[in-house]
Amino acid sequence: MLQKLADNYVAAAAVILFGIGFTTLLLNKNLIKKIIGFSFMDSAMFLFLAAQGYIEGGKAPILDPDDLTARTTFINPVPAGLVLTGIVVSVSVTALMLALTIRLYRRYHSLDIDEICRLAGKEES
Amino acid sequence: MNLFLLLLLLILIFNAISVVLTKNLLATCLIFMAQSTVMVLVWILLESPDLAITEAAVGAGVSSLLMFITLKKIHVIDEETRKGGESRNE
Amino acid sequence: MNNCFRGLRAFFSESESPLDADQIRSLAGSVQEAGPSSAEMLTMHEDNIRGSERNLDNRFESSKKRMTAVYRILSVLAAAAIILVLLYTTAGLPSFGDAENPTQNEVQQRYLEKGLEEGGATNLVANMILDYRAFDTLGESNVLFMAVCTVILLLRVSREDTDRRLREENDDRHFEPKDDLILQMGARVLVPVILLFGIYVILNGHLGPGGGFSGGAIMGAGLILYLSAFGFARTERFFTFRTFKTVSFTALAFYALSKAYSFFTGANHLPSVITTGTPGAILSAGLILPLNIAVGLVVCCTMYAFYTLFRKGDM
Repeated sequence: MLQKLADNYVAAAAVILFGIGFTTLLLNKNLIKKIIGFSFMDSAMFLFLAAQGYIEGGKAPILDPDDLTARTTFINPVPAGLVLTGIVVSVSVTALMLALTIRLYRRYHSLDIDEICRLAGKEES
Repeated sequence: MNLFLLLLLLILIFNAISVVLTKNLLATCLIFMAQSTVMVLVWILLESPDLAITEAAVGAGVSSLLMFITLKKIHVIDEETRKGGESRNE
Repeated sequence: MNNCFRGLRAFFSESESPLDADQIRSLAGSVQEAGPSSAEMLTMHEDNIRGSERNLDNRFESSKKRMTAVYRILSVLAAAAIILVLLYTTAGLPSFGDAENPTQNEVQQRYLEKGLEEGGATNLVANMILDYRAFDTLGESNVLFMAVCTVILLLRVSREDTDRRLREENDDRHFEPKDDLILQMGARVLVPVILLFGIYVILNGHLGPGGGFSGGAIMGAGLILYLSAFGFARTERFFTFRTFKTVSFTALAFYALSKAYSFFTGANHLPSVITTGTPGAILSAGLILPLNIAVGLVVCCTMYAFYTLFRKGDM
């Protein structure tokens, strides 16, 4: 099994990165660290997707306009397109979460999520 | 087995572990920016130049900039303290 | 006398509703007039209650610390379990970089072989995301637009808002040194170059790497540098909230309408008036060049809007 893992080393590193990002979500109470943990999980998923599309000895899928009939082996363009969409969506979600953090800080003056839940619960009652 | 790619992946994992263990918020955002930059090199090694340009402009550019602005808005980086972002709530 | 009896009864009973420290103090005060010995007994009782309160606090703190330590150990164990399960699954995946992988199927073959004659762009990835799968890219531009709308809802402080303190807190420009000379000299040289490079990347999206997203982000970064160096007053001369609304909405609507035209002619097997042109020329690839420009404009406005909403709360 270790031999197969060493063959798929990019996917294995992506999975480990995902797990460490998830640990950041569980262990830290600070909101900014949780947001950075989310972003690490996103990056790990893009790495995993793009690793499925790589072909050994393949080149980037851009044709040379002078030499259109030469067909070299290209990498798979489909996961690259999916990751391109994903990167842009990831930055949108990060910006939204940061805006929410600023509003929460202005209201409760704390970045600790237990503190915010406690204060919000006290306000409701 | 590309040794350079393996080295870059180990740097990524090391970055992720150090985000869990750091207490300084400014250092955490700098690590986030560094991780985006290393990902640019990984995309080039995986032969996708579109992804490399997009990650460089968006990840290491705008997204990290938004993080620093947020740190300034929540008064973690302060003129008076000059401690550079001690995390008050760990 | 009645107060003295009430205090002694609370001391000797099992105290379903024990007197708290204040009540005991007032009782002690009133008993001190009665006699010295009962006053001493009541102050001893007050010390006992304070000591037991401190004991309770200490026990509560240590149990909370123990719960936190147990929670941390359990969460590390849970994360390790998740990593191990995923690694076990990864070991069963087909080999990395193999050309016979199941992910290399006939969809990829079709995109690579017929891509040039059906789309016309030499950048096959851009051909795929703006011609074969243009609907996904429309969805992605919509996600950007919705994110900006939500950030406007959360962070915008309007000009007519009378809460002056909130407005001043948002406009943090007066904390920074005005007219930083090095920044302005650098920006005078760099901003035209950055904007020009961004326009180049957008216009050559179908011929080389790049495209709408990266070119738009580069242009947005150039505008952010201009804003940081020269301030809000000079930037508002050419980029106001109205500009942002007009440009974003027009670009998205143009994208949707032109792709609707493509859907219509493709579904009804009508010939389309838009040709693919000669590959390699800049005016080729059918609709891909206008769509790149539309996406680039949306992304540029979005990145600039994020920055200025975070900084100032207004545009």
